Amino acid sequence: MLDLVSNQGTSPTDTLGDSSLAIRGLTVSYGQKPAVFSVDMTVQPGAMTAIIGPNGAGKSTMLKAALGIVKPLSGQVTVFGEPLEQQRARIAYVPQRASVDWDFPTRVIDVVLMGLYRELGLLGRVRSRHKAKAMDCLHRVGMRDFADRQIGQLSGGQQQRVFLARSLAQDADLYLLDEPFAGVDAATEKAIIGVLKSLKDAGKTVVVVHHDLATVTDYFDHVFLINTRKVAEGSVAEAFTADTLQAAYGGRLATAQVDQLSRVVG
Amino acid sequence: MLSDALLLQLGYNASLVAIGATLLGVSAGVTGTFLFLRKRALVSDAISHATLPGVCLAFMLMVAFGGDGRNLVGLLLGSAVSAWIGLLCLNWLTRNTRLAEDAAIGSVLSVFFGLGIVLLTVIQTMGVGRQAGLEGFLLGSTAGMLWADAVVIAIGGASTLALILLMRRPMTLVAFDPEYAAARGLPVDRIDLAMMGLVMAVTVVGLKIVGLILIVALLIIPPVTARFWTERSDRVVLLGGIVGGLSGYLGAALSASAPNLPTGPIIVLVSFGFFAISLFLAPNRGVLAAILRHFRFQRRVHLRQGLLALAQGQPIYERLTLRLLTRAGLARADGVATEAGKARAAKALRDEKRWEVIRSDQTHEAAAALYDGLRDIETVLTKDQIVEIDHQIGGPQGVPA
Amino acid sequence: MSGEEFVPLSLTPLLIGIFAAVACALPGNFLVLRRQALIGDAISHVVLPGIVVAFLLTGAISAWPMMLGAAGAAVIAVILIEAIRRLGKIEPGAAMGVVFTTMFAGGVLLLEQTDTSTVHLDVEHALYGNLESLIWLDATGWSSVLDLEALAGLPVELPRMALTLVLVIAFTWLFWRPLKLSTFDEGFARTVGIRTNLLGLALVVIAAIAAVAAFDAVGSIIVIAMFICPPAAARMMTNQLEHQIGWSVGFAIASAVSGYVLAGYGPLWLGAQDAVSAAGMIATMSGVILALTAVFGPCRTRAGAPVQA
Repeated sequence: MLDLVSNQGTSPTDTLGDSSLAIRGLTVSYGQKPAVFSVDMTVQPGAMTAIIGPNGAGKSTMLKAALGIVKPLSGQVTVFGEPLEQQRARIAYVPQRASVDWDFPTRVIDVVLMGLYRELGLLGRVRSRHKAKAMDCLHRVGMRDFADRQIGQLSGGQQQRVFLARSLAQDADLYLLDEPFAGVDAATEKAIIGVLKSLKDAGKTVVVVHHDLATVTDYFDHVFLINTRKVAEGSVAEAFTADTLQAAYGGRLATAQVDQLSRVVG
Repeated sequence: MLSDALLLQLGYNASLVAIGATLLGVSAGVTGTFLFLRKRALVSDAISHATLPGVCLAFMLMVAFGGDGRNLVGLLLGSAVSAWIGLLCLNWLTRNTRLAEDAAIGSVLSVFFGLGIVLLTVIQTMGVGRQAGLEGFLLGSTAGMLWADAVVIAIGGASTLALILLMRRPMTLVAFDPEYAAARGLPVDRIDLAMMGLVMAVTVVGLKIVGLILIVALLIIPPVTARFWTERSDRVVLLGGIVGGLSGYLGAALSASAPNLPTGPIIVLVSFGFFAISLFLAPNRGVLAAILRHFRFQRRVHLRQGLLALAQGQPIYERLTLRLLTRAGLARADGVATEAGKARAAKALRDEKRWEVIRSDQTHEAAAALYDGLRDIETVLTKDQIVEIDHQIGGPQGVPA
Repeated sequence: MSGEEFVPLSLTPLLIGIFAAVACALPGNFLVLRRQALIGDAISHVVLPGIVVAFLLTGAISAWPMMLGAAGAAVIAVILIEAIRRLGKIEPGAAMGVVFTTMFAGGVLLLEQTDTSTVHLDVEHALYGNLESLIWLDATGWSSVLDLEALAGLPVELPRMALTLVLVIAFTWLFWRPLKLSTFDEGFARTVGIRTNLLGLALVVIAAIAAVAAFDAVGSIIVIAMFICPPAAARMMTNQLEHQIGWSVGFAIASAVSGYVLAGYGPLWLGAQDAVSAAGMIATMSGVILALTAVFGPCRTRAGAPVQA
């Protein structure tokens, strides 16, 4: 009935250099229970990939391990065919909104300028072209008028858009976003997905940790299903099916829901 | 000398101090546990430092009214009042401003202490010799303690302990699950305040023995020590009290047995001894146990990953994995599986498939929740169930179960 | 007051007080924002055992070994706190409480066991310093400020504190950008290549150096006030980190000056004879400033909507 194990992993002959992000044998554990176990992932260049799975399935953990924020127990990560450290400049990261204290004393424009850290270095002066770039990034997410606001005055959706603007300022080739649609208003969701699609059109690679199964087919062209282990990986048509969803969500997704989704999936 | 001290043979005062220190230790250990479980351990640091201005003001008041100024009861009352004011300031700052609790604790602690030092210098200028003893409140001093003072401390320790016993039920509820306590109609805010009141009582009683700078150690170290040995809340409270009492008793006896062994620091160091032993040797939460467990766990993860890689003909990426496989005789140094390795790998792969079935089948939901990538399938399913699942998978039979 | 009186008696303690307050306030801003304010508390308590051990090893009261001993004790304390927190899975506050009280108790015990009657080393001094005694006897008036001979007689604490302040300012200036970024968003900071653990440790070491230098003049408990109160008060005044730093420096200077002046002259105005502890008064004044900003500050409450989980 299921033949998921055999398509796990990739053949030994694949060349990692062809992928934007390649993860091999990644295991991350908090204490004695692995959050992510022996996962392989190969992200296609120029694609928009959703990482999906139930709560606590290790989606965010995998992203953080790929970025070197949490230390894995084992595994290797390559970015554009090279070790992570050498390719940091080509990666942009959008953390979960709730991971920072928004009462921090700073303005919207300053947060976006943080995206230029690698360009500015320790002591580089912020010149008018940097400011202009930051303003342009804010404009792309529809937050230009908020540049001088204190960040604590923003709504949740606006905070998320500021984080997205910061990642745009990084001018990266690979964008990794952790739950950017969690708890945001409809207008923000629309603005974010518009920006992400324009990134894709510009040839960038976008990976999004995502929780809303209903929008997967609309937003993404590749999916990666995880529940501690990899469940499936591939184009939406191949890998986002009733079977794979059942395998990833198990009893946690009611059968009726799966049926409904599989009708959406076709 | 030490055995005499331990058996309370060093005279009335030393014995009373030892009894007082024991009672104080028990009270502090138990109260501190509630504080520790509420994650507010360092609030006690603010409370204890905030006693200083009260001590000084009480002294000045008593002198102003023609008294001696060194009446212990009066000084302790003064310290209680200013500690209470400090606590109210702390609560007000965290509730009404953007400051986090740590900054509020630090500012209350240092400002009250600073004010206390200003008052101390005022007292020093009031008249020669009069201030004698007030510095003793900083680090505690039991040498040359008056009989009446020792009695005050013993009674204070005993009555604090009695109050704690009286309040332990509501405090336990609030410390472990404030929301549940609130839902049951308990006045959480008031119980919290009462808990702080007890912390204050412990501090005040401990001023003369341990001193205001070190009393916080008695409120923090015993609970932290107790936490290493048990996961059950009521036992943490009990153990905290025992560790605190033992530290107080041993410390007071040790310090009475020789000169130049100040009581407060000795009590603190004894309790730290208990802590250090627990940190390293406690069976579950101890460092030694954790290190052993981590290595074992890492080996299991690597072995399992290695076997799965062998079964699927994938290369082995990690050197540690390969080393573990070769050492177990499951693979050769070049990464090719041995016969034993092939069998184990096939079994591992089959188990993976079995898990896939379990995890996508709602009837096995309870078993599926136990999945962590490592657990042997035999530990969650019966033989019959495994056969049933194998039937679903089909494919080559005869893989050892 | 005339220069003949002010310069020898008050100029140096006042300057030392100001330098110490500013040197502590600068790293204090970051400690407060990182919810690590009590690291300052821990550091200042372990300075005593560090100094005592240095004294036991060298057998003399000399500045540099003691500074080294105190800084070493601070680093050891921070490492121990981190180790206990991680190994024992204990919340940071409790881990701090275990470490600094134990080290302080060890310091007091060592001090009691050692014959320090011949030297000026005692617990009271360690706790509340002796700012008033740092006078400049060789000065005769404002002209002495340009007199090389008189300058040679400056109390060594002044150039030492000034040097510390320069170091703290240099650190803050050089690492301003990564400090701000990693304080706001540590995960993101790591992805752009900032070594956040190392930077966090460097911040604590700088705070320790400031604490050790200031300790000599004002005592360990007052150092905590200097770390926390001016930055906390500055937090109530502005929503921009750059301005917050400015406010905190202003408040640090204000509390140092007003505290010193009130301690020296306040009692005289009230008709009393003697001065009171300047260090204690500086801490008290920083508390008064904090209280005023907590009641009247324009940005005293949390900004905007609370973060949703």
